[in-house]
Amino acid sequence: MAAASDFNPFQSPPKGDNMFAQITDNVTRIMEAPKPPRAWYIAMGIALSLLTMFLGSITWAAWNGIGVWGNMMPVAWAFPIVNFVFWIGIGHAGTLISAILFLLRQNWRTAINRFAEAMTIFAVMCAGIFPGVHIGRPWLPYYMMPIPNQMGMWPQYRSPLEWDIFAVSTYATVSILFWYMGMIPDFATFRDRSTSTVKRIAYGIVAMGWRGSSRQWHRYERAYLILAALATPLVLSVHSVVSFDFATAQLPGWHATIFPPYFVAGAIFGGFAMVVTLAVPARQFFGLKRIITIRHLELMAKVMIATGLMVGYAYGMEFFISWYGGSSYEGFTFVNRLFGPYAWAYWTMIACNVIFPQLFWFKNVRTNVWAILLIGMIVNVGMWFERFVIICTSLTRDFLPSSWGYYVPTKFDFMTLGGSFGLFFTLFLLFCRYLPMVAMSEVKAFSPAGGHARPHLHHGHDDAAHAHH
Amino acid sequence: MSDHKPQAESTAPELHGILAEYDTPDQLVAASKKVRDAGFEKWDTYSPFPVHGIDAAMGIKMTVLPWITLCAGLTGLGTAILMQWWMNAYDYPWLISGKPTWSIPANVPIMFELTVLFSAITTLVGMLMLNGLPHPSHPLDLVKRFGRVTDDKFFLMIQAADAKFDEKDTRELIDATHPVAVENVLEDRVTPDTMPAGLVYGLIVVTCAALLPVALAVKARHSKSDKPRIHIIQDMDAQPKYKAQRENPIFADGRADREALPGTVPVGHLNDDDHFFQGRANGAWARTFPAQVELSEETMARGKARFGIYCTPCHGQAGLGDGMVHKRADALAQGGWIQPTNMTQEYVRNQPVGELFNTITNGIRNMPSYGSQIPPEDRWAIIMYVRALQKSQAGSVGDVPESERGSLK
Repeated sequence: MAAASDFNPFQSPPKGDNMFAQITDNVTRIMEAPKPPRAWYIAMGIALSLLTMFLGSITWAAWNGIGVWGNMMPVAWAFPIVNFVFWIGIGHAGTLISAILFLLRQNWRTAINRFAEAMTIFAVMCAGIFPGVHIGRPWLPYYMMPIPNQMGMWPQYRSPLEWDIFAVSTYATVSILFWYMGMIPDFATFRDRSTSTVKRIAYGIVAMGWRGSSRQWHRYERAYLILAALATPLVLSVHSVVSFDFATAQLPGWHATIFPPYFVAGAIFGGFAMVVTLAVPARQFFGLKRIITIRHLELMAKVMIATGLMVGYAYGMEFFISWYGGSSYEGFTFVNRLFGPYAWAYWTMIACNVIFPQLFWFKNVRTNVWAILLIGMIVNVGMWFERFVIICTSLTRDFLPSSWGYYVPTKFDFMTLGGSFGLFFTLFLLFCRYLPMVAMSEVKAFSPAGGHARPHLHHGHDDAAHAHH
Repeated sequence: MSDHKPQAESTAPELHGILAEYDTPDQLVAASKKVRDAGFEKWDTYSPFPVHGIDAAMGIKMTVLPWITLCAGLTGLGTAILMQWWMNAYDYPWLISGKPTWSIPANVPIMFELTVLFSAITTLVGMLMLNGLPHPSHPLDLVKRFGRVTDDKFFLMIQAADAKFDEKDTRELIDATHPVAVENVLEDRVTPDTMPAGLVYGLIVVTCAALLPVALAVKARHSKSDKPRIHIIQDMDAQPKYKAQRENPIFADGRADREALPGTVPVGHLNDDDHFFQGRANGAWARTFPAQVELSEETMARGKARFGIYCTPCHGQAGLGDGMVHKRADALAQGGWIQPTNMTQEYVRNQPVGELFNTITNGIRNMPSYGSQIPPEDRWAIIMYVRALQKSQAGSVGDVPESERGSLK
């Protein structure tokens, strides 16, 4: 192992004669190293290939029209909206970790909040592209915004789709502000540690001349608390509003009051699955095991059990209500989900979202990083299928049997879906290399020497401290 | 104090303040209390993270930031209410399923979103402005050891500009807090006061570039175009095909639409039964109904219904030539209107059914052709009904079957 750490600068013990310096070194050497690990290059190559495919398939769809996709009545929403809801859901875990766990004083969040926030922003960017291309003329999305136009018309504010525009764009803006503000002190650290002029100027501009003044910290902490308090109802509202797109429609399988909480729980469930999918490789390759400990992964596994059970409850409750409500159309829709033409998608969803996460009840599963990674990926697949099941089974068979259909995606649908992962991972890999992946100032404050931590909450950092000595 | 004043005057322009370095946050908090109690005002502490308890130790008052955020949130709420009301209920009233144009519950989501959006942006911008950020250069940047403030060290600096500042006394006060190191911070005479030229030009270019979309929008508002404003994909503009009335040089006659070849019949258009399709038999108008038409009550009902749809507007319910169109045209009294034929007149009664069929199919005098609208079997059904109408106006008791004569009285 000693020989391996000589080859990989990221795995060697951090330098520094005190814990603060070690935290700084552990995080900043990712940016300082002349070269990232080889795994980064391989991942970047794959991500850039997928990104090229994404741009190519979107351009093809814009040039030829959206007939290149499988979208066809009665399934007009299909892949673009499935992917939109999937990505926007991913983002929720980031805001939950950064805002709600902050207000709840869950100090373990400091190790993972920064890249969970980054994940949120990149996921929202991926999500935003899908409605943009789904409108068929991606250069005209400004019609959805309240901007004067040649038709003299304004948006229709009683439509959930218009609420969505405001909810998602507010969510993206607030997430970026929150993320950026959190990074200002860490940018200052990067600025002061940079040896090249270009880096010093670049990080210096984004650090805005932060020098750690206590008078500034006072306002900074207050602003952080306010933003957390604002982001908390926001994260609950965004997926609620997304669920209104469905719940306010009359379609069987969509028209349900359980949708807002069901969507929010599912979003957090899927989001945490994505956080562990990203956290396991990131801590492995960039030597962050001392900061993102197995305890953090275990806690996230517990959150996934809790939210996974909520999602499972919602699946069951949908069936109960369709029976209890007595509507024959609702009843048919749910029987159709179980045994209809898309039964394979439904049972995939159940297996991935309800059955596999139950393995987290075993402590040796939730403390095994590779098991966590695998189950996280399975849940990602399951959450994608959840949106597919909701949209496609309901649309293909609604009230009139004469207008039933069967939706089959084309290769361009798959290329756009796969390509969106390229955009996501390209941005994430750039973030890992050039931005502070861990909120250093927060981790320092909550380290044993920092004086913020409460005795029972800092086991993780105790472990880290012991590892150093 | 007065002894030191001449010295202070000679060094004051250069001295910015005295900086002390500490290893732990606890030492910084303890030192801050001493400096606070000594009554200084222009001083500050610097740390890699917000130090627990430093606000009280330094006597920092609660910031006004939350009140600024509250105002921004209320502004956002008000903006959302006004915007939605003005756009959907006033400037362009949208009627959706007959609901009121202004209904608060449906407008709540956007009120919430704009409240949060305005508050969040204001919180960040307000924090930066209250903190005096961005702050590009500072005398502390010239102190090498201060570079570790964002890493692992804690600092305290008392500015020379403070009214209580005295180089010797202040130094003694700082020494009493057991710092790791003490250093005089000099005024920055190195960094130029102006922004670097490259940055200035860069900002000018970015500002001009940012105005371009606005300029394009202004131009678009003041110019006319018969094409869509934004028309990126133009593959539908040039369509390589010939329209029916256009010239086509490929053919000798130069016509784009081609006539059918002699002798060809479109599928389903053979129509080789002259009696059924033309109303002709043995070279004259047919006097009987064709074999395909069943003389039944259903055919009569069908004929009555079709007559009601196609014929009554002009000919009237009883075929007397007094339909609604005629009445209206007569009322207008503009001249030139000829009354539709009264179908019960003798000369019409005497026409063979084949001739009536031809009249419906091809039209006569002012009456247009109905051949394209009414299928042949329906035309025959109409004729059957017309014959019944004629009998109703000019029939005799002899026309009624003997068994039914009793019901006439």
